[in-house]
Amino acid sequence: MHLALFIIFGAFCIAGALNLLLQRHPINSALSLIVVMTSLAVLYLLLGAEFLAVAQVIVYSGAIMVLFTFVIMLLNAGKEERTHGSKMAYVAGFPGAAILVCLLTFIFLSHKGDFAKARLGEYLVTTSDLSQVLFTKLLLPFEVTSVLILIAILGAVALARKEH
Amino acid sequence: MVPIAYYLVLSAILFSIGVAAFLIKRNIITVFMSIELMLNAVNLTFVAFTRHWSQVTGHLQVNGQIFVFFVMVVAAAEAAVGLAIIIAVFRARNTLAVDQIDLMKL
Amino acid sequence: METGFLTFLLISLVKVVVVVVITLMSVAYTVLLERKLVGRIQNRWGPSRVGPFGLLQPLVDGAKLFLKEDLIPEAVDKPLYILAPMIALGCALLSVAMVPFGADVRWKSMDLLQISDLNIGLLVILAITSVGVYGIALSGWSSNNKYSLLGSLRASAQVISYELALGLALVGVVMRTGSLRLRDIVDVQAAHGLLSWNFFGGFQFVAFFVYLMAAYAETNRSPFDLPEAESELTAGYHTEYSSMKFAMFFMAEYANMITVGCVATLLFFGGATSPFGPHILSGSGPVSVALFSIFWFVIKVFGFLFLYVWVRGTLPRFRYDQLMGFGWKFLVPVAIANIVVTGFWMGLRLPLQ
Repeated sequence: MHLALFIIFGAFCIAGALNLLLQRHPINSALSLIVVMTSLAVLYLLLGAEFLAVAQVIVYSGAIMVLFTFVIMLLNAGKEERTHGSKMAYVAGFPGAAILVCLLTFIFLSHKGDFAKARLGEYLVTTSDLSQVLFTKLLLPFEVTSVLILIAILGAVALARKEH
Repeated sequence: MVPIAYYLVLSAILFSIGVAAFLIKRNIITVFMSIELMLNAVNLTFVAFTRHWSQVTGHLQVNGQIFVFFVMVVAAAEAAVGLAIIIAVFRARNTLAVDQIDLMKL
Repeated sequence: METGFLTFLLISLVKVVVVVVITLMSVAYTVLLERKLVGRIQNRWGPSRVGPFGLLQPLVDGAKLFLKEDLIPEAVDKPLYILAPMIALGCALLSVAMVPFGADVRWKSMDLLQISDLNIGLLVILAITSVGVYGIALSGWSSNNKYSLLGSLRASAQVISYELALGLALVGVVMRTGSLRLRDIVDVQAAHGLLSWNFFGGFQFVAFFVYLMAAYAETNRSPFDLPEAESELTAGYHTEYSSMKFAMFFMAEYANMITVGCVATLLFFGGATSPFGPHILSGSGPVSVALFSIFWFVIKVFGFLFLYVWVRGTLPRFRYDQLMGFGWKFLVPVAIANIVVTGFWMGLRLPLQ
């Protein structure tokens, strides 16, 4: 059951990522990325990270990708054109990615025995476990990230404002 | 019963597709989206390793998931500022093609 | 004792079918409720010809929408055009899966009155609301129509602004409960009947009003219904939709209303518990416990639907800048103030650990 769910949602992730690569119009790439992020949320649930799964959907699928979608709609980004630069990128891009994935897959699968096997339902990290650490040991980084978000809001408003 | 190595392989595949999209795509927003894809692949690695260390040491570990929490926060902040920069660049150059924005001179 | 997989699958399927059928029937009859109530507020009858008291009106309306010609304009982006109402309706119906409709009645150790009992149930409802924005955004974009695009961008901006106030208003309740699980939130309010509900004994009335106003804006209902008012921007993001797809948007809006009512009763008004306490009018055997708890739940949700329609018939519409100003400059600070005050109150009440 675990294996079946992993294969189904892993296939969705890879299909969405390939669709991001192969689609010409940015809005289709954005929607494929939303599929990837939601499938990743399911994979987090399979690994026992329930808060992160929901945070992934709320933050990534529901906020960041909405922002991307808005920008694509507002700037009316059209289909991509083939230019001189894109031909060169095919020479470097596909082989580079292929080498990277083959190298990493070889390393991980050859050391497969060093990693544990995950079973569904064990070692569930609940929200209270996360918050125990986050609000006691890591309180300072938590507060610093809130300042970071404030700075990001101010920066985004200042950068995207119309000059009068 | 899925070996954790499979999760790592999936994460590697997603990361390399992100790298390929970053190098190949010519629209600046799609390039930015491939960065988000790479960050998500790394998040999956972190969560897989949290599970690995929990099983190896026998009691519940949360460090990897805390890391993912912070990565999500930083990615959100980065997405907001990056998209604001893209909007500003679009206002100046009136195009979103990476090849036409590659010089400082207008 | 763990249930077998087949039993789990079968009972879950039965629960899903029953809940979806009841939700869709409720959606149809909420439309009738609204039309009749708004009619009475405006001193006229509302639909009263079809069937006794107009009770067969939803069936006739459904048949009409189903049989209308399904136009797909030529220049629309077809996959997105067809996908957008599906996302809207799917998300609206999905939220109902987390809601416990009654007390914890079990059969073969499976919870009969709630489809899925997650540790993070409340957050999943928020997540589904966040994803529901895509239905609105994509419908405007794919319609290839300036007015639709503007209407959908306005509506999505409204929804994501009020999502923040919605989430913040719920934090006070979660602080009092100590858990995100919807059954735990209901159980904390079951101790002394009316007085232990989060609205009264939990002192979350400010949070309740913030939640209510944010939920009215989220579901695009009066007085925040600028995106879909007929005189504004030629009906906004569902201008180009006809027959079944338009019906899906319509159903999604009313299903969202019902979900908001369910969540408000669960979080602030004790869910399925009786207002007279756990011993009076709560039943004793499993069947009567289930029936009484469902009865109280339905009464409270009906009260919220009544309130929705009452507000619609009474208050005038917000202008767009007033709407955004209200959400960001009033509701968010009030919700944050509520969190701070609740935190202080709980800190002073509980002993140091």
